[in-house]
This record gives sequence, structure tokens and C-alpha cells, in this order.
Amino acid sequence: MSESGYPDLLKRISDATEKAVRNAEIYLPDDVKARLTEALKVESVVVAKQELQNILENICLAEERFAPLCQDTGIPVMYITVPYGMTWTPEMEQAVLTGIQNATQHIPLRPNLVDPVSRENTKTNTGLSMPPVHVKHGDRFTITALPKGAGSENVSRIRMMNPSDKGNIPKFVVETMLEAGGRPCPPVILGVGIGGTFDVAASLAKEALLEPVDSMTGYEQEICDQVNQLGIGPMGLGGDTTCLAVKIKTAGCHTASLPVAVNIQCWAARRATVEVPL
Amino acid sequence: MKQLQTPLGDEVLSLKAGEMVTLSGTVYTARDEAHLKIMEDGFPFDPKGAVLYHCGPVIADNRIIVAGPTTSARMNRLTGYMLDAGIRGIIGKGGMSAEVRELLRGRAVYFAFTGGCANLAAARMKCTGVHFPELGMAEAVWVIELDKLPLTVAMDAHGGDLFAVIEDHAHEVFQAMYPTSTTRI
Repeated sequence: MSESGYPDLLKRISDATEKAVRNAEIYLPDDVKARLTEALKVESVVVAKQELQNILENICLAEERFAPLCQDTGIPVMYITVPYGMTWTPEMEQAVLTGIQNATQHIPLRPNLVDPVSRENTKTNTGLSMPPVHVKHGDRFTITALPKGAGSENVSRIRMMNPSDKGNIPKFVVETMLEAGGRPCPPVILGVGIGGTFDVAASLAKEALLEPVDSMTGYEQEICDQVNQLGIGPMGLGGDTTCLAVKIKTAGCHTASLPVAVNIQCWAARRATVEVPL
Repeated sequence: MKQLQTPLGDEVLSLKAGEMVTLSGTVYTARDEAHLKIMEDGFPFDPKGAVLYHCGPVIADNRIIVAGPTTSARMNRLTGYMLDAGIRGIIGKGGMSAEVRELLRGRAVYFAFTGGCANLAAARMKCTGVHFPELGMAEAVWVIELDKLPLTVAMDAHGGDLFAVIEDHAHEVFQAMYPTSTTRI
């Protein structure tokens, strides 16, 4: 790339970031909408039906009003793929942060990011080593935003299980949702990370939330069915629909270790990807 | 579906947990700071029959951009004063404590509104005024006119508590599913 092309690329990165965050905040992905619509069709509890109707109406109104789906606009967790052969630079990372700052001002977003101890707000949703920017190589240059709200994040869990406890993984996932109850704004999607190290398991659980929710493996379906049997229902008011999908991602781990993380995602499972033109 | 209109009177006493209603008329937003300020300085509005909405809205030029419900449990300890003053209804998400459930007896109800439905709420609301603007946008007491907001009576005036019933049931199901678990989490 020529010297003069580099500032242009940085501008395109920050613009793509702002667009990804905006699209994520306003438009719920089609696969999530489809799962909510299906859930309404099969839901047998009257109160739960009303809750699902409210959610579906809210999704339409967010698009019509061009406003964020939920007032908790979250922390924008970023996933980037950089074309093979291209180097990810600190300037590119800064361009992503600039895009988030612009999104915070223009959409606008609630400034959610604070110092963990003094609780002082940075007002930009950036700073203090946040938000996380995960970079991988891929075929195209893409920017994905996954804004994560606090209600569902706060009831997520990680456990370092014994390898002999592998049969208890479904129980741990179901128990996590039992303890969370209506607080994470169900119906939820459960991202589960199995394996890796302590930190990797949590990352896998979050990455699982990027996966489409229109299909599940037998193992995922089994856990999803168990969670739904709890009857927590939309918003904890009871019903058949507690969990829209369970998505599991795995990684190798130490022979003496079995990390399992469950990242709970509310019905507003926001994610959007924008390609950076090269 | 019953259509309720503020100010609320004795009609709230006949409502049952699990019943769905619509609510129209004036409500007042109040989060933690507003509760504390009211307890210190008194009510800036007549609390008799009034309805509080646990909500920190986004408002621009007196127009409501988004206004979904916030977690009510944060206001558990601050609610007795409100009910003693004559508040007849509370709107929020997630329900409230067993202590609040007892305080509601014979006088008020708790309505659940769908979490995250910030646009649905905004589309059925008009902002007509503000008290304590110095508390900032999220914590100020906004005066809001509702037009048939769909709500569920989650805690009634007879000790009925839909959240508690559902939670207890979920624990029973879990115990049956995994009988080796001896302790309730």
C-alpha cells in the first residue's frame, strides 16, 4: 500500500467500526428475530406470549425509529479479521477506538465504561484497556461489533471443573441459568466455552455468541431443552421460552484441567459485521 | 384485558399476580437518586394514587428517545417510604424483595414491563415535565403520559408474587432433573 493510502485505510476502519456498532445497536440479526418469532408461535403461556409480542414489536420500532433496541447499549466487544499478509498495527487499533467514540457521540450510545474502582466514566465507551479488540487473520478485512449489556453479563459464570466431571457440564450450564432467573432478560442465548485455559474458556463462551442461532448440535439442543424445562420464561414471568439457543465452542486444554464458561446473552443478541474496503 | 388509568385507587386491590393490564395516564420515573431525594426533600408531585416507573430514560428536547425499565431490586430498601405516602403502583423489571411483597399488601401492586423494550415504551409515552433535573437525565423524575402500556401484574396486593412462584418452580424442576444436588443455590 502507498504511503498516502494508509490514512485513508485508517479512516475506512473507523467508519466501518462506527457502522458495525450502529447496525448492531439498531437491527437485531435475522436469525435471532426468526428464533423469537418461532418461540411466539409455540409458546403456551399467555403472559409469555405477551412478553414475546412486546419484544418483537420493540424490534420493529427500533428499526422504524432508528434508535438503539435497548437503553443498555452495552460495551462494544470487537472482533476483527485482517487479510492474510496484512499487519495489524497500533494505528489500526486506534482507528477502531475512534470509530467507537464516534458511534457513542452520533448514535448516541449510553457511555457505560467506567474505572472499576473509582467508577469515573470515560464518557466515550473507550479507554482503560477497553473495549476488547480481538484480531485474527481471515480472507477479508471485516469488523464485527458485539455490544454486551450488563444485565446478562453480570450473571455469567466460569468454573474450573475436574476432568472427571465432564458429564456435569450440562448441569453447570442449567444451574447457571437457574441462578440467573429472570435477571438477564430471557429468552436468552447461552454461549458456552469448554476447554482452553481460564481466560480462553471465557473468550470462547463470548465468541460462541457470534454463531448463528438457527441450528444446534444434539448436545447443544439437549442442554437448551433442559434450560427450557426450568420454566423461567421471558423476563422470569414463566413460560416455555427461556433459552433460544445454546452455542458451544471448544479448545484443547491441560490434561488435568476442564475450564467451562457460560456467557449469558439477553434476547437483544446484537451483532453486526461490516467489511473494510481495501 | 383490564385498562387502568392513573391516579390508581382501590381497583388495584382486586388485581391478581399474572393478570395482564394496560396502563394509561401520568407516571413518574424514579431510580435510586430520585428515591433518596424524595425521602429528603419530599414529593414534588401528589403521591396519592400515583405510579412510579423504575426507569432512566434517554430524553432529548423533552422527547423520549428510549425508556425501558431498569432493575427494580435496587430500590427494595427505598420503597416503604413511597408506599406509606400513597403510591399505588410501581413499574419495573425483575420484581422486588419479599419485604416489598409484604409492604404491598392491601395497598399497591408491582407491574412488570418487558426488559429491553425501550422503543415500545417510548412509542407509548409523552414527556410532560421534569422534577429534580439537577440529578441528571437518568436519575431525574420525568413526568410521563402513558398511552395503554401493556403490563403484567407481577406482585399483587394480597402477597401474590409471580416471580417467586416461577423461581420456586424452577428450583423444583432442577432438583428433579439433578437429584444429587442437595443445596438450593
